[in-house]
Amino acid sequence: MKKSTFIGTVAAATLAAGFAAAGTLDEVKAKGFLQCGVSTGLAGFSNADANGEWNGFDVAFCRAVAAAVLGDSTAVKFTPTTGKTRFTALASGEIDILARNTTWTFSRDVDLKFSFVGVNYYDGQGFMVPKALGVSSAKDLDTATVCIQTGTTTELNLADFFRSNNISYEPVPIETNAEAQAQYLAGACDVYTTDASGLAATRATFENPGDHIVLPEIISKEPLGPLVRHGDDQWADIARWTLNALITAEELGITSANIKDAAMSAGDNPEINRLLGTEGNLGEMLGLSADWAANAVAAGGNYGEIFERHIGEKTAIGIARGLNAQWTNGGLLYSPPFR
Amino acid sequence: MSNISYVRTEMLQEKAPPVTQTGIVKWVRENLFSSVSNSVLTLLALWLLYTLLSHVLPWVFQSSWSANSLTECRSAIAAAYGEGTHGACWAVIRERFFQLIYGFYPPELYWRPNLAFILMLVALAPVLFDKLPRKMLWFSAVYPFLCFWLLWGGSIWLPLSIVAGFVLGGFAFKLIGAQFGNLFATIGAFLVPILWWMFAASPVASGIHSAIPLGLEAVESAKFGGFLLSILIGITGIVLSLPIGILLALGRQSDLLIVKAICVGFIEFIRGVPLITLLFVASVLLNYFLPPGTNFDLILRVVIMVTLFASAYMAEVIRGGLAALPKGQYEGADSLGLDFWQSTRLIIMPQALKISIPSIVSTFIGLFKDTTLVSIIGLFDPIGLSTNIRADSAWNGIIWELYGFIAIVFFIFCFSMSRYSMYLENKLKTGH
Repeated sequence: MKKSTFIGTVAAATLAAGFAAAGTLDEVKAKGFLQCGVSTGLAGFSNADANGEWNGFDVAFCRAVAAAVLGDSTAVKFTPTTGKTRFTALASGEIDILARNTTWTFSRDVDLKFSFVGVNYYDGQGFMVPKALGVSSAKDLDTATVCIQTGTTTELNLADFFRSNNISYEPVPIETNAEAQAQYLAGACDVYTTDASGLAATRATFENPGDHIVLPEIISKEPLGPLVRHGDDQWADIARWTLNALITAEELGITSANIKDAAMSAGDNPEINRLLGTEGNLGEMLGLSADWAANAVAAGGNYGEIFERHIGEKTAIGIARGLNAQWTNGGLLYSPPFR
Repeated sequence: MSNISYVRTEMLQEKAPPVTQTGIVKWVRENLFSSVSNSVLTLLALWLLYTLLSHVLPWVFQSSWSANSLTECRSAIAAAYGEGTHGACWAVIRERFFQLIYGFYPPELYWRPNLAFILMLVALAPVLFDKLPRKMLWFSAVYPFLCFWLLWGGSIWLPLSIVAGFVLGGFAFKLIGAQFGNLFATIGAFLVPILWWMFAASPVASGIHSAIPLGLEAVESAKFGGFLLSILIGITGIVLSLPIGILLALGRQSDLLIVKAICVGFIEFIRGVPLITLLFVASVLLNYFLPPGTNFDLILRVVIMVTLFASAYMAEVIRGGLAALPKGQYEGADSLGLDFWQSTRLIIMPQALKISIPSIVSTFIGLFKDTTLVSIIGLFDPIGLSTNIRADSAWNGIIWELYGFIAIVFFIFCFSMSRYSMYLENKLKTGH
């Protein structure tokens, strides 16, 4: 606990909150670490291991931002947030950035006053059913009972889907993925619906994964991305271009293995040189050091490496790149140029 | 020889009672098969028990303790007990045991929470058992500050300067009391420490600290978790809610209008909102009100909210005890010439508290179990940790083992509390 908790109370009572907030970048530099909001636990995206070290796809993005800003990928503190506390934690300034598999929607961007800095994972809502149910399409699910996490976009998508197809369903509201898993396996619901990545992760943990199928329909677009508060464009730029740097690094073939050599001195490819700061002054424009992007990539590798390490096909979760492949490989990842 | 009828000269040997009237047979007959309907119910219960145990026990014992992931668990169980066996994967408890107990507290510092826990038992002992020397109560009074310092670390001068506030309050009471009388002394005893804490405590503490740096390595609140967090929140809430609850209950019965209005308003407001709402206020809403950059610790906010919540309930429980006392007790106290505080302390409260023991303890137990609600605001109590453990791809899919372990630990705590309350009731029983 910091200096005095009493003082905190007193400050609340006596001080008027009347000073202009400094830029987030300056604040982060002043305190020496990044405060990053992550999920309290979502397989592959964020979890703390037995030693309390945080790992995962979303966590890796936080580390990359910390490396870009402070030059140290360990200079980051994680605030576990739930679906209900995540937005207030960000809006109130408790965290500097939220990387918590949050779907980019119009109302969250505009009405809740956040800036989504890009998409780090293209997801979509799917359905999982037991094979024994004999269903091959989501349109056959009339009168089915559906396990659904409350307070998420999936709940609304589900209602839309069933209404537009004119079929009925009975929702079984649940709070967490683990609860859903237990309910689904116990037969409390015929169908479990959530993001396809979550379905894959859940199915992988079953004793007999072969007894369950994920239906082909993807009923929604779920672009998941990190977000920051409205009104601090410099900070949003840093987060956005750190993400773009990771994506571009993959596109240009820069990996954690060869980043050291590539960042040492200017090479033949001018875009790599600009990205890694051996040429030009992109870092300076952002208010960061010249090697900011090199640090970000060195922290956990490029986008592809992060993907493969935490959720890729070699992991227990086993998600194929699909939509999340580079645009050159038929995916949607397309970073604006570093110029 | 005279004609003497036959008289037995020695006592007959005692005979064993009929087999149906003794020992286990009698007990079974009387308790399990005393009538047709009872017999049916007994058989039914036995069958239920058998079904339950025949499913649960193999699961509990045909288990794996050594695996490193759920998949390994399953194959180990299949190898040991045959294909298709469902067994518990206790290996997750083995791997995450310390995390479930201490959260992310640094392992090399585990001795601090351990020591704090042992000292807590020492500090509670004189409160719970009146046979122990009364001088130990001094340690109990100092303990909260010691515990705070042990758990969070940092400079020792901060807790000491907070203690100094109480000492100053005591001095103020004596000095002002001698000069201006009781009322001013009470006001002074409240005001002086508050002023001290608000303006002087922290600068003085850091001043002394820069001169004589003495302290433990600081541990930030984000590292607290597991049962350490539950016990911390629960015990603080329990210990603080009782005195606050007593004051509120007395205030509610007071004839002073403002005091009464404040107490009634507080109690009714707090009882009118669910605990989870208060927790959301603590975690979410306060952030908006506090100036940006204030570091008002989340755990402390939660502890305050839980304490307020428990105090309101406690106040009503104790009011029940006060209401149950015969009016004669109050009048008797008055007729002895005791003033309000004397009669409350010596006559009313001891009896009212004795009456309310069962309800007080069930409030405590409820409070302790309610601490699991903090997982909803993202704190890593055991329930929150279990979500996090499941997010590890090695353990994803483990549900019953974690919840079972947590349930057993909670049961041990709650059951001990309830046993203690029965002991206390028996000891204080003065009726016939």
